[in-house]
Amino acid sequence: MKNKLLPLSITFIFIIIFIFFYKGLQNSNIYTPETKINIKVPSFDAELFYEKKLINSLDLFQVDKYYLLNIWSSWCVPCRQEHPLLMNLSKNKNIELVGINYKDTKINAKNFLTELGNPYKEIIFDDKGIIAIEWGAYGVPESYLIKDGMIIKKYIGPLNRKLFNEINFLAK
Amino acid sequence: MKILKLSLIFLLIFSFNNLKANNEGINSKITKNLRCLICQGQSVYDSDSEFAISIKALVDKKLEEGFSENQIYDFFKEKYGDWILYDPELNKNTYILWLLPIFIFLIGGAIIAKTFIIKKK
Repeated sequence: MKNKLLPLSITFIFIIIFIFFYKGLQNSNIYTPETKINIKVPSFDAELFYEKKLINSLDLFQVDKYYLLNIWSSWCVPCRQEHPLLMNLSKNKNIELVGINYKDTKINAKNFLTELGNPYKEIIFDDKGIIAIEWGAYGVPESYLIKDGMIIKKYIGPLNRKLFNEINFLAK
Repeated sequence: MKILKLSLIFLLIFSFNNLKANNEGINSKITKNLRCLICQGQSVYDSDSEFAISIKALVDKKLEEGFSENQIYDFFKEKYGDWILYDPELNKNTYILWLLPIFIFLIGGAIIAKTFIIKKK
């Protein structure tokens, strides 16, 4: 009996391991970043785009108001595509747009805004891309919907009409 | 007195060099353990993507601010999740990863012990 117990238990363990790995094979190994998050707005000091002064990120966002933080750059083609939607969003009185100018030069960024319009109430200048990392960004463009100092939704990539409607609906 | 001054200057220069070298060493150790999330199978250390360059700059900044290696890992984990670390910590999602090899090793050891040692007796 004892002699049979060992091979049986080994077989049993290996069957369990096999099932476990077989199930694991069916899991997607493509990494998809979390897009809905409920975390606090990160606190850091940053340089403003137009005035050369430092501001704490928490001072930018008031309670009881919706904010859309948008990471953009003049060299980024999808940012150019989503810009008309941001201009449209800036007309919504319930929401304020804050921009992070990512790894850009001020001259190019100013030209971009002169050409396409400035939807942002305030712009943070992030020439090294460090501030974008503080927000947990992957690249440009990326947008964060903020309410009461919390990031309630994250949009990776350019905004489209569907997301534009969703933001307008959430910020009613 | 001159010798004392000279040796002090040398000591200062070398200690600064050492400090910088240490920071660079920790920086490459940390960035080698951080996954470049927008690249395929590359660490932040290996990658030259905009994302990786920004992370390298931020690791440098955090080290200058006096953050420890673990504090920096915690910071990135908070922003991007456990996935950013190549060396995952033991938690409810990774316990099988850590404990299974030990478990298999113990079973193997038990089989060897049973076959060779107990049979010899």
